[in-house]
Amino acid sequence: MIISPKRIFYDRWAGRLLLALTIAGSLLVVIIAAGLYLRSRPILADYPLADLLFSSSWRPLRGEFGFFPFIAGTFWVTGTAVLIAVPLCLLTAIFLSEYCPPRVREGVKPLIDLLAGIPSVVFGIWGVLTIVPLIQERIAPFFGISSSGYTVLAAGVVLAIMVFPVIIHVCLEVLGSVRRGLREASLALGATRWQTVKKVVVRRAFPGIVAAVVLGVSRALGETMAVLMVAGNVARVPSSVFDPAYPLPALIANNYGEMLSIPLYDSALLFSALVLLAVVVFFNVVSRIVLVRVEKRIE
Amino acid sequence: MNWRATEEKSAKILMAAATAVILSSLLLILGTVFVKGFSSLNLDMITRTPEGGYYLGKEGGILNAIVGSLYLTGGATVLALFLSLPVAIYLNLYARRGSRLASAARFSLDVLWGVPSIVYGAFGFTLLLAFGLRASLLGGIIAVALLIFPIMCRAMDESIRMMPAGLFTASYALGATRLETALKVVIRQCLPGLLTALLIAFGRGIGDAASVIFTAGFSDSIPVSLFRPAATLPLAVFFQLSTPFPEVQDRAYASALILTAVILLISLLSRLLTRKLRKNIVK
Repeated sequence: MIISPKRIFYDRWAGRLLLALTIAGSLLVVIIAAGLYLRSRPILADYPLADLLFSSSWRPLRGEFGFFPFIAGTFWVTGTAVLIAVPLCLLTAIFLSEYCPPRVREGVKPLIDLLAGIPSVVFGIWGVLTIVPLIQERIAPFFGISSSGYTVLAAGVVLAIMVFPVIIHVCLEVLGSVRRGLREASLALGATRWQTVKKVVVRRAFPGIVAAVVLGVSRALGETMAVLMVAGNVARVPSSVFDPAYPLPALIANNYGEMLSIPLYDSALLFSALVLLAVVVFFNVVSRIVLVRVEKRIE
Repeated sequence: MNWRATEEKSAKILMAAATAVILSSLLLILGTVFVKGFSSLNLDMITRTPEGGYYLGKEGGILNAIVGSLYLTGGATVLALFLSLPVAIYLNLYARRGSRLASAARFSLDVLWGVPSIVYGAFGFTLLLAFGLRASLLGGIIAVALLIFPIMCRAMDESIRMMPAGLFTASYALGATRLETALKVVIRQCLPGLLTALLIAFGRGIGDAASVIFTAGFSDSIPVSLFRPAATLPLAVFFQLSTPFPEVQDRAYASALILTAVILLISLLSRLLTRKLRKNIVK
């Protein structure tokens, strides 16, 4: 068959178009950051960065924009979620990858995917219906504290469940990448299966596991609706898990209505979106770099 | 020796318990939503739009949000498809083996995947401001399309990557160009994978509230134009739950049930489709 010039022409131009789209798609992160930066310039021009990030007074009507309570709230909530999620996810991932028969593993995986697919408002509703009353009526009184239930702890529990699928999924892949021979060598030396897991498999998979956790953290940092519904939303730095918190994403989502009526308010909120983006992208890049290395090792 | 046996056993019990906790959290969530939602679900909910005083407990339903969500997510999925498929094809057919650009693009898409949906919402809002538009169906479509683009694109990329190399070779050997191979071989062979990617992205998009809260707004009527605000299911759940009236909160539970049911249906559909279409492809 003779290749007509027309066909080559189409092929070339399609290639250029696809290349342009690929480059545009890859630069989307940068474009988003630039868009948010442009809009947050007014507030950055009026206030020093350190004041915005580390001041605790949040009175938009008087022109005081201190994001510290929200940043602290974000980290309290995420920290609580990670403390709950990491041990559970690690044990589950090890169980699924090292102990249970493959049939069980293949049965459990779709269920975990299902958990990943549940929308965040549904998690929020569940939190309001079960976790919040549980904290209000049982857990807080047990520690002799009276609490409305809308707390860091409630948000932490809901978030922990939301990051389960992310952490387990990545952990399973990382554990699966550990060579079989290493396990066999350890077992042949007389180690028990748990000792093999502890001293060989987990040690070998450690960077990947850290990456999985970091990925979970970055997911938790940006989660909005569920947290907004259960965290209590009080603009004060929490001092215990029984205090309410007001994480950054909740702040942004909660004030979309009034942000155009107060001067600099929209700029302040878009600046906080930029801060959130920067933190999440940083965590993501770190964990992806580790994961790419892990992947290379397999090949 | 005994200590090792005890350690082994307790580790095993702990792990089984952790797995049980995680699986039961899934069951608990689905169970709560079904039990709570089912008792307040009725035909009005899915056949009528909110009428005067709906948010005070009067008559009506959430048809506006159901249709709004379908329009919005449908539009976003189509828009994301026009961006995702070309990129996936470029990465696999046009980019050279071991190309720096291709691995950078994949890396960037993975990072993009992790960007929180509220950030897409805020970015969509800046776009609306830049073009002087107000919150509208179009704004929502753009924000959600950006949100699901990395998900769809990476899923399509993985599906094309799994294609047997012999098919490419055969197509090129017959004199087909890369474009012809993409359109006539890749799309047909990867159809199940591509459709699954589409459905995964649709499911993610329909459940997301944070990206549409600024961009699509909310409205009590079914959207008739791209430039008018549109209601979405997740936001309908959220707004109904924030009212102080128990009757309206019950409807929030019912709306959450509808949303969950739609998502379960989509995930089931994608599984069935994959299985059904698999017989048309070359292994």
